Amino acid sequence: MIYRESGQFKTSYRADQAIFPIPQDRYALFALLAFAFIAVPLGANDYWLGSILIPFLILSLAALGLNILTGYCGQLSLGSAAFMAVGAYAAYNFQLRLPELPLLLDFLLAGLVAAAVGIVFGVPSLRIKGFYLAVATLAAQFFIEWALTKFGWFSNHSASGVISPQPMTILGYTLTTQADKYLLVLGIVSVLALLAKNLVRSATGRAWMAVRDMDVAAEVIGIRILHTKLLAFAVSSFYCGVAGALWAFAYLGTVDAQAFDLNRSFQILFMVIIGGVGSILGSFLGAAFIVLLPILLNLLGHLFGGAVRQDVLSNLELITFGALIIFFLIVEPHGLARLWQITKEKLRLWPFPH
Amino acid sequence: MELIFFFEVLVGGLLAGIMYSLVALGFVLIYKASGVFNFAQGAMVFFAALAFVSFQSWGWPFPLALLAALATMIVVALATERVVLRKLVNQPPITLFMATIGLTFVLEGLAQLIFGTDVHRLELGIPDDPLEIQGMLISTFDLIAAGVAALLVVALGVFFQYTRVGRALRAVADDHQAALSIGIPLQHIWAIVWAVAGFVALVAGLLWGARLGVQFALTLVALKALPVLILGGFTSVPGAIVGGLIIGASEKLAEVYVGPFVGGGIENWFAYVLALGFLLVRPEGLFGERHIDRV
Repeated sequence: MIYRESGQFKTSYRADQAIFPIPQDRYALFALLAFAFIAVPLGANDYWLGSILIPFLILSLAALGLNILTGYCGQLSLGSAAFMAVGAYAAYNFQLRLPELPLLLDFLLAGLVAAAVGIVFGVPSLRIKGFYLAVATLAAQFFIEWALTKFGWFSNHSASGVISPQPMTILGYTLTTQADKYLLVLGIVSVLALLAKNLVRSATGRAWMAVRDMDVAAEVIGIRILHTKLLAFAVSSFYCGVAGALWAFAYLGTVDAQAFDLNRSFQILFMVIIGGVGSILGSFLGAAFIVLLPILLNLLGHLFGGAVRQDVLSNLELITFGALIIFFLIVEPHGLARLWQITKEKLRLWPFPH
Repeated sequence: MELIFFFEVLVGGLLAGIMYSLVALGFVLIYKASGVFNFAQGAMVFFAALAFVSFQSWGWPFPLALLAALATMIVVALATERVVLRKLVNQPPITLFMATIGLTFVLEGLAQLIFGTDVHRLELGIPDDPLEIQGMLISTFDLIAAGVAALLVVALGVFFQYTRVGRALRAVADDHQAALSIGIPLQHIWAIVWAVAGFVALVAGLLWGARLGVQFALTLVALKALPVLILGGFTSVPGAIVGGLIIGASEKLAEVYVGPFVGGGIENWFAYVLALGFLLVRPEGLFGERHIDRV
């Protein structure tokens, strides 16, 4: 009734190419952004900003990166955390060794370094497909983790391999409070998400999807496989790299390579699958789900389990987490984004569904 | 002397590789029959070993504990088929893969919830003394483990080749649709295959448990088996064995001869890079089924 486009009334190319053709979507998005940029930093406390919203946003960015590679280009990767690590260490080294560079440029360069590494590890994808490729990307995961720990240069020869970036300064203003960091992260994530949204509906995105759906057919209609796949690896790694840099700078403050281990890669993959493969919105929904679920489980555990021992509790959490993932896959294998889509379809017909 | 040392490392590596093969075998069985890349195999190894040790610590004799552990694994397999796989028929492989990661969490949590989180020692009564052959020192335990693995492979080969269920398994592995159409009950077959994989996990769990102690780190053994798997091919039992031998031997040799030059600790990734190199030449692994893309 309220939410619908009542026919094709587009009279200009501009309207035809709008990201959100339905006005309500647009208003809702602007409202959400305004809420996130203005209301949240004013209203939320440091725990919410620092421990929930910042990691949620950063992991959304990483999930977005993996979603570009897996969801849009169809290349399964289990090494996304390694590219986050590359981004984090690269940003740290740029900040340390070239202090005259502005912080945002550090992040950008870190993303580019991660992209370059991503291209190197993406080369096998030209020959290897499916689960073989997934296992092959584990090579990236383990090799990068090892290299960052082994070679002291990356961590400026710190004894434990831990890097501690200096405080973030933008145009002379030092970001100290959680709200500052939150705004920085939110800004970067918003811009990159908009970029991704546009990228996947451009010629590049269509080429990715063609390769995903059937690479031989894509090649036959003249899509350059080499170029397309490697570009997907590069863009994906760029997003993961920036996410990694933010993880080190804005969230943790001190990290070692263990913060980017295989479990992190799985976590990001979970977000993509739960949220929805091949969906920008899905990356955010999935990240919200995966970040919030353990917190909720923990809360529930404390609520009910005054008498239960801690190790029993953590095992119960593990079981519930696994079971919920299986449950979600059974109930909605296409992810949360599909649920949202179905809701929208229903809204279009409401209140007169035939 | 130098040469003897080389062979000592080589044989040690080959024997260690057999241990990887044992885990990889479980992956292959399930992938062949159902096309599911079962990430939970490592958790199953852990679960089986922990169940066995716990039964033993309750004072049960060895054969009874073994049977009980086997029964536990069969229950796990049946439950998995009923609760997870049956609901996910016809879903894309990646969904099934994610479901098995979920299953990993459930199994790890369950195992520790039921049997506790302590590290257990596992005594199989196999001596672990070095045995001297032609001047080389070789671990007796490794030799016996290799023997067990060989036995297992032969037994599986006979089972697949000569029994009715085994033939049905191979039929399903070849073509789900065709197997269904001649009346092979797919779901029973999947349950059986998961049970067999549970049995393989039990054997692997016992051997690895005796080697490392039964502890959470056993689940990581699966990560060691993955390069073996891609090197040999997902669908080939002999591939799992040959892959294990290659990975084991070259890993140990690299650790000894290359490791010192780059600062050591390369065993975490070397196998993967090696497997990656192989894959570039043969994208379906050494013995994997070649697939032909048709538009």
